[in-house]
Amino acid sequence: MSAKTTILTLPREELVYPGNRACAGCGLSIAYRIGLKALGPDTILVVPPSCLTVLQGLFPVASTKLPCLNVTFASTAAAATGLLGALKMRGRQHTKVVGWAGDGGTADIGIQALSGAAEREEDFLFMCYDNEGYMNTGVQRSGTTPQGAVTTNTPFKGKQQKKKDVPAIMAAHGIDYVATASAAYPLDLYDKIRKALSLSGTKYIHIHTPCPPGWGFEPRYSIKVGRLAVETGYFDLYEIEQGMLRLTGASEKLVEKRELVPVGDYLRSQSRFRLLSDEQIAEIQAQVDTKWSGYYRAAGQAAAE
Amino acid sequence: MHIIEDGNVAAAMGVKLAGAQVIAAYPITPQTPLTEKLSEFVESGELRAQYIPVESEHSALAACIAAGSAGARAFTATSANGLLYMHEQIQWAAGARLPIVMCVVNRAVGAPWCIWNDHQDSISQRDTGWIQMYACDHQQIIDGVLKAFALAEAVSIPVMVCYDGYLLSHTYMPFEVPEEEKVARFLPPFEPSYALDPESPANLNTVTLPDVRMDVTGEMAHGYMEIRYLLQEDLRAALEVAQEIEDRFKEVFGRGGDALLEPYRCDDAEHIVVGLGSLTYQLRDVVEILRNEGHRVGVLGVRLYRPFPDEALAAALQHAAGVIVIEKAVSYGYEGALCSDLKAALLAHRTDGGRPPAVKGMIAGIGGRDIRTADLTDALRAHITGTPVEGPGWIGLKLYDSFQDEAPPQGTSRASARGRGRERE
Amino acid sequence: MGTRGYRYKTSHSLAGPGDGGKTGSWRVQRPVIDLERCTPARRKAEACFICWLYCPDCVISRSIPPTIDYEYCKGCAICAEECPTKAITMVDEAGRQEDDEQTCSLEGSRPCT
Repeated sequence: MSAKTTILTLPREELVYPGNRACAGCGLSIAYRIGLKALGPDTILVVPPSCLTVLQGLFPVASTKLPCLNVTFASTAAAATGLLGALKMRGRQHTKVVGWAGDGGTADIGIQALSGAAEREEDFLFMCYDNEGYMNTGVQRSGTTPQGAVTTNTPFKGKQQKKKDVPAIMAAHGIDYVATASAAYPLDLYDKIRKALSLSGTKYIHIHTPCPPGWGFEPRYSIKVGRLAVETGYFDLYEIEQGMLRLTGASEKLVEKRELVPVGDYLRSQSRFRLLSDEQIAEIQAQVDTKWSGYYRAAGQAAAE
Repeated sequence: MHIIEDGNVAAAMGVKLAGAQVIAAYPITPQTPLTEKLSEFVESGELRAQYIPVESEHSALAACIAAGSAGARAFTATSANGLLYMHEQIQWAAGARLPIVMCVVNRAVGAPWCIWNDHQDSISQRDTGWIQMYACDHQQIIDGVLKAFALAEAVSIPVMVCYDGYLLSHTYMPFEVPEEEKVARFLPPFEPSYALDPESPANLNTVTLPDVRMDVTGEMAHGYMEIRYLLQEDLRAALEVAQEIEDRFKEVFGRGGDALLEPYRCDDAEHIVVGLGSLTYQLRDVVEILRNEGHRVGVLGVRLYRPFPDEALAAALQHAAGVIVIEKAVSYGYEGALCSDLKAALLAHRTDGGRPPAVKGMIAGIGGRDIRTADLTDALRAHITGTPVEGPGWIGLKLYDSFQDEAPPQGTSRASARGRGRERE
Repeated sequence: MGTRGYRYKTSHSLAGPGDGGKTGSWRVQRPVIDLERCTPARRKAEACFICWLYCPDCVISRSIPPTIDYEYCKGCAICAEECPTKAITMVDEAGRQEDDEQTCSLEGSRPCT
């Protein structure tokens, strides 16, 4: 892996136009803007219905300079497969194919096609921007909505079930590269995309993407909220290669520091968690602590070896 | 070259000759042997194509849509519930104006599960904006695949080549294999109107507004309604294009003639039977029997169901006193869809304000119910001789009164109660 | 087929700015950069550019000093929140005259409304 990208070495060229329809402070906008810099211009995007469909523009105006195929909700990865086939037949294998879907289009309606494509080892990158709900349709729960979050269809009790662990599902396919990232750490995201593109086969990157209206915080805090998710150990940055999970970037540093910010700081920063009692937050803290003692143990073993 | 093979192989050979570049398919009976054959062609190197063994029919058409959007000649095939599972993508392919060709090996749809032949699957996709061709024999299947690609690419509209499951897909018939050099003349390589390309980027199938809107160059672009209107306009125009392609095919191969209809002994016919697919060839035997009895009967096969050849049909039927439509599908809650379409066409195109011929709709072969020539003959004879016919007009129907309607007498078993059921044929 | 081009029969969009109109009108407050505090402005060298990095709408230029495209800036205030030297403050738009002297740093085709 080459040296880490810095703000000063990040490509200047913008592949997204301003004046698009994304909400103010949209976490996806940050991830998408930086992500496209990493993908570069020789890329074809495949996008299912999502906030990204809106961000990308209404006919006849597109907000992205990359060619993009909008597809039906369930079919992102299958369409990517067809695209790869066509590019191969036309001798254009150099062009990268990238599916970019929301959590609904990945974890819920899109998972069958994604699983199929991963099993077929199709040579493409699938990006899931996880804003933890159906934000484009007005904040309904999805498979990746975290436990306790109030959404418009879990209105009075909050979601009762746990968040679906999509990176683990993707890793279980035995694909060469699975990574998580966060819109709050755009340079880490950039480097992970670059790394994914250097590998063949199916690659999967899961981006935690703060959503001001959906999560209930002021647009100005998008980066802060995203960062808190990582600093509390609630959402972790890692890579999975050859079946081995390795914490990266800010999460890796947390293992060294062994000082997690209390998870309540993250949960209390968003109105979607307003129904959580202190006891429930303590339970979530306990879950986070258990997960992290595993990380600490693994780090200790690795150091001992 | 003259060979004897089954209908699925005929279709696969057509796809190979057409040089499909991306093939994506999911197994379903009775389509499966067709795609198995294609995977053999691809793996053996006989066909240079990408064969994508997708995990669902929905994904099969998704892959074809993307492949077509990137400029490849794309093919898929399915049957029954597989076709229904594609429904969303079927509409999408038409709206995106992609010249995909799909073989539909006609089969009944569930519930209940039924793997045998009828036309409910493809007829239920009538309003999706696809062109639908119906083949009656293996020659029409293999030739039809070639014509389908030519037509699809000429009008930028996807085409279904429909043929009867088992009756055609799994039966062996002799047919002529089109010569490669002639195919090259008839169907040159696909030249897409636009192919996704980073060098000329575009965002396809974006959210489109109800009204027109200016684009980035200052030109007005269409709204959703205009885009959909143009699909309709081009589909209607495809009636003529289909005939042009048929003429060109005949010029090159010396076969074919009418792209829309296939009449048999209709010239002097008093009664004309209309239908789709292999049934219309079986009906030729019925015509011979009834003509021997002195009834002037003919049969008219509809080869292109969408776009609907309304004018050609009305013209072909204008001198008939009566028309009988026999269908293997029902628009549930009314009647066969072809029957409704035909009645509307006759009304719209009646000559000199005259009365259109009387139309009788009949249903047959639902779920693969055997269509016996004798039953067809009896039903038609009864109708044209004005013999009152009891029942709903479903040929071969064997309704039994439910044994549950009557309480079985004391000591009788359910089995014997069923035995008392009355056949209401 | 026919006289109309393929592009007119499909939803085929071309890229340009301002799909959502002049999104600067969404703003309630505008970010204003204090050049005395802004690191690249002060050092007259390429540095920091955190505002450029985090801007969701690519309306802050990576230049010395950075400039803001008020035509499209939605006023999310992420730049003000993240600026390490607190060089960016959010100022109420109410009562302000339209003043777009700092314009789009991106070359673009004609915007659409």
